[in-house]
Amino acid sequence: MSKTQQIVQLLVTCMIDAIAPNIGMSVKNILNRHQCEVQFQNSQTCCGQPAFNAGFIKQARTMARHTIDVFSKTTGPVVIPSGSCTDMIVHQYPEILKHDPIYKTKAEQLSKRTFEFTQFLVDYLKVEDVGAHYTGCAAYHPCCHGLRNLNIKRQPSILLNNTQSLKQVELDCAEECCGFGGLFSINMNKISESMLNKKMSHVIDSGANVLIANDLGCIIHMQGGLRRKGINIKVKHIAEIIDDCN
Amino acid sequence: MTVTKLTFYDRIDNALSHPEKQLAISAGAKAKYINRANAMAEFQDMEMTRQLARQVRANTLSKLDLYLEQFADNVETLGGKIFWAKDADECNNYIHQLAVRHNVKLIAKSKSMLTEEIDLNDSLGHANIEVVETDLGEFIVQLSNDRPSHIIAPVLHMTREDVGTIFNENLNVPFTTDPSELNTIAREHMRHIFLNADMGISGVNFGVAESGSICLVTNEGNGRLISTTPRIHVAIMGMERIVPTLTDLNTMLQLLARSATGQKLTVYNNIITGPKRTNELDGPDELHIIIIDNGRSNILASSLSEILYCIRCGACLNACPVFQSIGGHAYGSVYPGPVGSILSPLLFGNHFDPLPHASSLCGACKEVCPVDIDLPSLLIKLRTQNIQKGSAPLWMQISQWIYAVTICNPILFQIFLQLAQTITNRFSQKGWITKLPGPLKNWTNQRDFPALAQKSFRQMWSSNKE
Repeated sequence: MSKTQQIVQLLVTCMIDAIAPNIGMSVKNILNRHQCEVQFQNSQTCCGQPAFNAGFIKQARTMARHTIDVFSKTTGPVVIPSGSCTDMIVHQYPEILKHDPIYKTKAEQLSKRTFEFTQFLVDYLKVEDVGAHYTGCAAYHPCCHGLRNLNIKRQPSILLNNTQSLKQVELDCAEECCGFGGLFSINMNKISESMLNKKMSHVIDSGANVLIANDLGCIIHMQGGLRRKGINIKVKHIAEIIDDCN
Repeated sequence: MTVTKLTFYDRIDNALSHPEKQLAISAGAKAKYINRANAMAEFQDMEMTRQLARQVRANTLSKLDLYLEQFADNVETLGGKIFWAKDADECNNYIHQLAVRHNVKLIAKSKSMLTEEIDLNDSLGHANIEVVETDLGEFIVQLSNDRPSHIIAPVLHMTREDVGTIFNENLNVPFTTDPSELNTIAREHMRHIFLNADMGISGVNFGVAESGSICLVTNEGNGRLISTTPRIHVAIMGMERIVPTLTDLNTMLQLLARSATGQKLTVYNNIITGPKRTNELDGPDELHIIIIDNGRSNILASSLSEILYCIRCGACLNACPVFQSIGGHAYGSVYPGPVGSILSPLLFGNHFDPLPHASSLCGACKEVCPVDIDLPSLLIKLRTQNIQKGSAPLWMQISQWIYAVTICNPILFQIFLQLAQTITNRFSQKGWITKLPGPLKNWTNQRDFPALAQKSFRQMWSSNKE
């Protein structure tokens, strides 16, 4: 190999770890193809976002300190295939630990080296075409936290536009929340359902046979809703789409 | 504010069981959302103006006592009267006494959410003083004995047919759904009110400290009529609604109109500086400005003071997918939507504690806020306060602790993962579960839940390594 390898820490997220490990593998494969040596810290667990969003600040701080400890011992950028977990580490960790004399600085340091997956590819590695090939008719749903808190909009669009054989269709009200919102989907399930129904009808109207997003929470929410309605539309993480290079 | 007996969850159920109403609300809010986006898109340096407005609000609130004093001094120099009301009762009593003293029989009112907050109409009604709402939307609400469902568009929840029926039943006119005919009916009815009212009552969009002026914006002109025709004008202002200068007012008005209705400027922008002067023919003999606290100074002193930046444009309501789904009435407060979910528990107490939980934290509200209030963060802060008060159900408190302990111990986490794998695999079909127990059934009532993968990522990773 001519280029030196960039060491990258994969924070795979607890949900991908437990529910959809293939997404993590796709991320690893894509990064490997672009001169990255991917490291996975076995001691990583969950970033604490579910606790933080629900108002359990003490627990969220404890989990934040754990994640900081895991990654403080490592080098290289931290890459996360989720906009909301990235937002948690980039924006919320420094905020919730700002009065912690030990972890304040550590949180800021981790924040600076943490990137969402498509952001890392396009903005950090300057890779716009990963040589992907995917046959399908796709709509893209930008997940809220990535979109509004990290401005993840351009990056997925560039990567998808450069995916061969992928037909893209417009999704009406694409930037409207699918109704997941973590504990919200259980606590306020009826409102969540009403939001999901609107999202699903837009997805169906788009004519897509695959819906692409970049946060597993939203993905299982929309997939779970579509399955229950017996609608055969697959919801996939963008990493799964652009890992396909055959 | 009058509080309903129904719980928030009951009100949500009610709202969701009327799909035709929800359709009207959703369509109305969406239209406003799009109008705002278009108006903002053609506004040069929008983001700069927005950040400037935010700074103006932050600066004003940090020295609110000084600006209020300057404002009050200027009003009094101009011949206006200032009354400082601690709460709703003090404000309503002052107006009642004033009305009795001046033998007021009929009051014409322009739209003001603050007067809804303090139940002014009920209070005056008990004293047999007739109050007529002159804003078209508020007039419809008043005729039908309803409540406004949106801070800018009080009858967002109604259709034209509803309005036609209300006019037909209350004003002795034939039924019509034609907007211009409906307008004419209201106009004819209202003209008589404007000419005969003894007192006009309005809110205040902004008080200008440097000039002692109050600014009142309306699209129907009723604000101008009620503040010039009757003998007495009473303006009620929340203590946070101050801008230091007329230049600041200019910034705010540009954002307010675009954010609220998608207009470049509201049709009538009244800047009222004192009562009628000796050489003038028009205007009220007396101008009374009531500056009301009603819980605001407590908010100002709290970690949630940013919510007082709000200029009541309603953009966050229109953008909110939760508001679009359940409408304003479900919140049970005069202030619905994201801003209401923060203001209501702070102003009106515990009954409104569940409101901050009704958000997916999607951030659409912050995106459209003309003064860039970080509404999602404020919602989380209130959730945190609720948890600290111990208001979360026991199952949630216990599961959050188990979750935290597990997360901080990678070995426990792995054991937990394997346990969950075994359990979910037993109950799943083709990798999906259709029925979960306990609180999780709220998920599986409407959606399938994925089983955990046969092999987790960490297991795959370590077997690849071997």
